[in-house]
Amino acid sequence: MENGEVPEDANENCPGPQSESAGKSDSCQGCPNQEACATAPKGPDPDLVAIAERMATVKHKILILSGKGGVGKSTFSAQLSFALASLDFQVGLLDIDICGPSIPKMLGLEGQDIHQSNLGWSPIYVESNLGVMSVGFMLPNPDEAVIWRGPRKNGLIKQFLKDVHWGELDFLVVDAPPGTSDEHISIVQFLQATGIDGAIIVTTPQQVSLIDVRKEVSFCKKVGVEVLGVVENMSGLSQPLTDFKVFDSSAGGAAEMCQEMGVPFLGKVPLDPQLCKAAEEGRSCFEGQSCRVSAPVLRGMIEKLLKVKEWNQDELQHAENGRV
Amino acid sequence: MNCSKPCGFPPTDCPGPQSESAGKSDSCQGCPNQEACATAPKGPDPDLVAIAERMATVKHKILILSGKGGVGKSTFSAQLSFALASLDFQVGLLDIDICGPSIPKMLGLEGQDIHQSNLGWSPIYVESNLGVMSVGFMLPNPDEAVIWRGPRKNGLIKQFLKDVHWGELDFLVVDAPPGTSDEHISIVQFLQATGIDGAIIVTTPQQVSLIDVRKEVSFCKKVGVEVLGVVENMSGLSQPLTDFKFKVFDSSAGGAAEMCQEMGVPFLGKVPLDPQLCKAAEEGRSCFEGQSCRVSAPVLRGMIEKLLKVKEWNQDELQHAENGRV
Repeated sequence: MENGEVPEDANENCPGPQSESAGKSDSCQGCPNQEACATAPKGPDPDLVAIAERMATVKHKILILSGKGGVGKSTFSAQLSFALASLDFQVGLLDIDICGPSIPKMLGLEGQDIHQSNLGWSPIYVESNLGVMSVGFMLPNPDEAVIWRGPRKNGLIKQFLKDVHWGELDFLVVDAPPGTSDEHISIVQFLQATGIDGAIIVTTPQQVSLIDVRKEVSFCKKVGVEVLGVVENMSGLSQPLTDFKVFDSSAGGAAEMCQEMGVPFLGKVPLDPQLCKAAEEGRSCFEGQSCRVSAPVLRGMIEKLLKVKEWNQDELQHAENGRV
Repeated sequence: MNCSKPCGFPPTDCPGPQSESAGKSDSCQGCPNQEACATAPKGPDPDLVAIAERMATVKHKILILSGKGGVGKSTFSAQLSFALASLDFQVGLLDIDICGPSIPKMLGLEGQDIHQSNLGWSPIYVESNLGVMSVGFMLPNPDEAVIWRGPRKNGLIKQFLKDVHWGELDFLVVDAPPGTSDEHISIVQFLQATGIDGAIIVTTPQQVSLIDVRKEVSFCKKVGVEVLGVVENMSGLSQPLTDFKFKVFDSSAGGAAEMCQEMGVPFLGKVPLDPQLCKAAEEGRSCFEGQSCRVSAPVLRGMIEKLLKVKEWNQDELQHAENGRV
């Protein structure tokens, strides 16, 4: 991690970026980080206190990651949130993809605005127990590009954590953009003190995806975030007429990668045009019968995860209470 | 707060980050960028001179962009480069996706190392007229994550432009990661002085892709990069047995063609979702060799030839052909 650790390209005898003499000592002369170190603020970040207060009422935090774009992270984040909400959990869905926010579309919330109360910014509620936050709600014009460098994106992500009134949540699901850069480093830095339960990593079967996803697994190991499991999405095309592999999985797909890297494999979601349609229309795939090839698989994965992590105690309690 | 929305957007009277009063003027108070603006260096970047020298021998520069990930930018960049090289152009392919570099895999160059000469870093040559550069060649272990914030990524992109000996190129194809952030702002800033011919934007048919891609079109307009055209990839599935056209990704909202019409940019065409193209990408092969990519290769070839013709970039090739006939 960059915060506090000596950067790889630092001079010898680097005092460390958090030191009082960072950027100013003799050994800093000529180091590529010199200016950044000399000007960056030192010491603990006071905003982390505010974040800790907000996160005190959040039981579980799950990051949805992928090294690769377009594999279905946001689709999975949205459907996971729908599933958890249908199990009567209090769910928050936070979209930290600042340049390409897909979550409003996928939850049927396009055109909504954010309102403030004296408690902070209000999430947009899809259901009474499913609140959503995204930069997508802040754009005056949806075609407007958000052309921001890292520091500005980090600032907004921080605001999403310290200024949004999430309230009491069982789950905060965080949908990230692809990669291992500013957004990812920041979300881990901001949340680590209050605990991250883990990350679910999404991929498609082919090697060009797995190459990037392996890096994401490495990222999680490096920063100390547990990999709850890996989802292989678009895992074949189930059609009424024939079963057809669209993306080449001859290298073993995600299952083999998981075995090699020692992380759990959650399962394969087939490429289902109806799931795409549900995402387009902002619907839960669990409602109705249209997503008949993908919904059962997704439901099975989520239920298994809840069981393995023992996160469904309250739900079992609800069920028991109902039976009393 | 500086504005009515509860956000980090700068106030309308922001002096601009390059202004002498950036971060220091009254209107900067409370802006989240204030500190960054006040401390960042001002004035022209000396490295731009070095970049201009390298780019002096590059005739055309094309960015391959998308607001959306996973739509086939790198696949398209690779196949475009193969196509141009097969037409006897001198081609450079630069991968500026630092966190998720796909280009080495797609050109069959995994495991290669970068060598230096007194002229600079050498691209890795797939063919004598197709040289490639990517951070993928610099990782000791391919599983190693590149966990870098923006400034460090920008630094490497700059090195790719000023330290690599590209030599005489007809085309420099730049494959970008998805988005409109550091890499995109930087590549435009670094190359704009020497001229960017334009950007090809790749999308898939469904709205959730088009939403992001429209932002990319807006980005291009805002920074003054011409949109050469938009490719709609994975545009339906053609299979050998049934050969019925099957829409995997929903295009009921009109797909890319309609978006192009609305936004006033050229539509280059629809590439079908072809498992054989995926396989070619997995194996680092040109889709134009052999007959396996029979549904996707002709479409890609047609698009590329049309682009060359419209932009009149094939003069040398016509000249080669004429010379051959002399």
